[in-house]
Amino acid sequence: MRTEELPLFPFRSPDDDPFTPVTSADRDRLDAPVTRVRLPTGGWTWLVTRHADVKQLLRSDAFSADMSAPGFPLLRLLPPQSPQNRSGSFIRMDGDAHLRLRRMLTAEFMIRNIARIAPLIDDVVERSLDAMRDAGPPADLVATFALPVPSLVICHLLGVPYTDHAFFQQRSGILLDRSAAPAQVHNAIVELRGYLSDLIQVRRTDPGDDLISRLAVERVATGELEPDELVGMALLLLIAGHETTANMIGLSVLLLLQHPAHLAALRADEDLADGMVEELLRYLSIVRTGLPRLATRDVEIGGHTIRAGEPATALLSLANRDDDVFGDGAGFDPYRQAHQHLAFGFGVHQCIGQPLARAELRVALVRLARRFPGLALAADPAKLPTRDTSIVYGLAELPVTW
Amino acid sequence: MSPQVRVDRDRCVGAGNCVLTLPAVFDQDDEEGLVVVLDPEPPAAHAELVARAVQLCPSGAISVAGD
Repeated sequence: MRTEELPLFPFRSPDDDPFTPVTSADRDRLDAPVTRVRLPTGGWTWLVTRHADVKQLLRSDAFSADMSAPGFPLLRLLPPQSPQNRSGSFIRMDGDAHLRLRRMLTAEFMIRNIARIAPLIDDVVERSLDAMRDAGPPADLVATFALPVPSLVICHLLGVPYTDHAFFQQRSGILLDRSAAPAQVHNAIVELRGYLSDLIQVRRTDPGDDLISRLAVERVATGELEPDELVGMALLLLIAGHETTANMIGLSVLLLLQHPAHLAALRADEDLADGMVEELLRYLSIVRTGLPRLATRDVEIGGHTIRAGEPATALLSLANRDDDVFGDGAGFDPYRQAHQHLAFGFGVHQCIGQPLARAELRVALVRLARRFPGLALAADPAKLPTRDTSIVYGLAELPVTW
Repeated sequence: MSPQVRVDRDRCVGAGNCVLTLPAVFDQDDEEGLVVVLDPEPPAAHAELVARAVQLCPSGAISVAGD
């Protein structure tokens, strides 16, 4: 089939249903579990949709995550990039270069260390709920609660002043928006990198008890890490640290408001939270545009040969609804065993902040359920504004009352 | 002979799925956050969760030998 005749990717949710990741019309056009789709940048990619195939693809060392390579499946054109502007962005690196940087961060985010900041997460959630209470009713849950919670926490961990949140949230929104113009993306990167570079300079001479200070003192000052690399690493953590969890909270609350029995059960029994969070991660799969890769050698995925130099995209949202792994994958069931979900990705790039994300989601949902037993939607659920062009899907607003 | 849990720290990316799944058997070290095995021959009651940890490990760093 000619490229122009292929289904256009990325897919969208139906306008009135943020919980269905792909419209039935688009799904019907996918004629195989590994099938070609057209990209908005002009090329095409092999779309991989089954759970087992997505796991195989993302764990395989036959694929590169370096988006600067020719043929990489891009959703928007790359801005003109200097090597400096890519430095430290280990999510786009392969092999040892990736491991070198990731391993400087793994201990920071491991379960034991996230458990140590439980009081901070509790405090941030309670204070944000106070702010929401004071703002309404009604109030926009996204602006008053879902966004501030992870943003305050990641700022604290990184040592980034939360008072600058309007600056970095606006620019990280551009970086994640696949409809943003390349020049706009370039400016956002330059401004964010400049901001973090200045902050790192300050922390090198006046360190605090935070991740950027630790890396500045222990790795940059010792010559082990270039300052630009730390800028890139901090940028990645700052963006990933607030956008993802914020959108999970917003969509989770909307979903639970539509399943009041599950919300009441969570309110009555906190022990349900861990299983419910896993199911929410599976069901909502907010990285709806999938994970892009480029094959570096021929490899068979799902009985299909992907050739060296060909692009492939792992569609997490459909893999997470694979009926072979999750019976009735299209149904939300917080009592199911959802642990095999791929919402955090898979392979060496799997989300480094997942213990933090889980902790934030658990505390945010449990405390919200307890403190606002009368929480209700204050808008038509079919007409809520959604982030359709962001690579992290979610609600732009969630008006609630109580 | 009990199954032997083996880990490859060179492959580990510290995502922590194993610790979440079975903290009695798996941990991460303070320095690098990479996997360490607390109990290389866990009791049979843990077999299912050991298998789950193998399955969930994103980098394929955990294996089980013998039974």
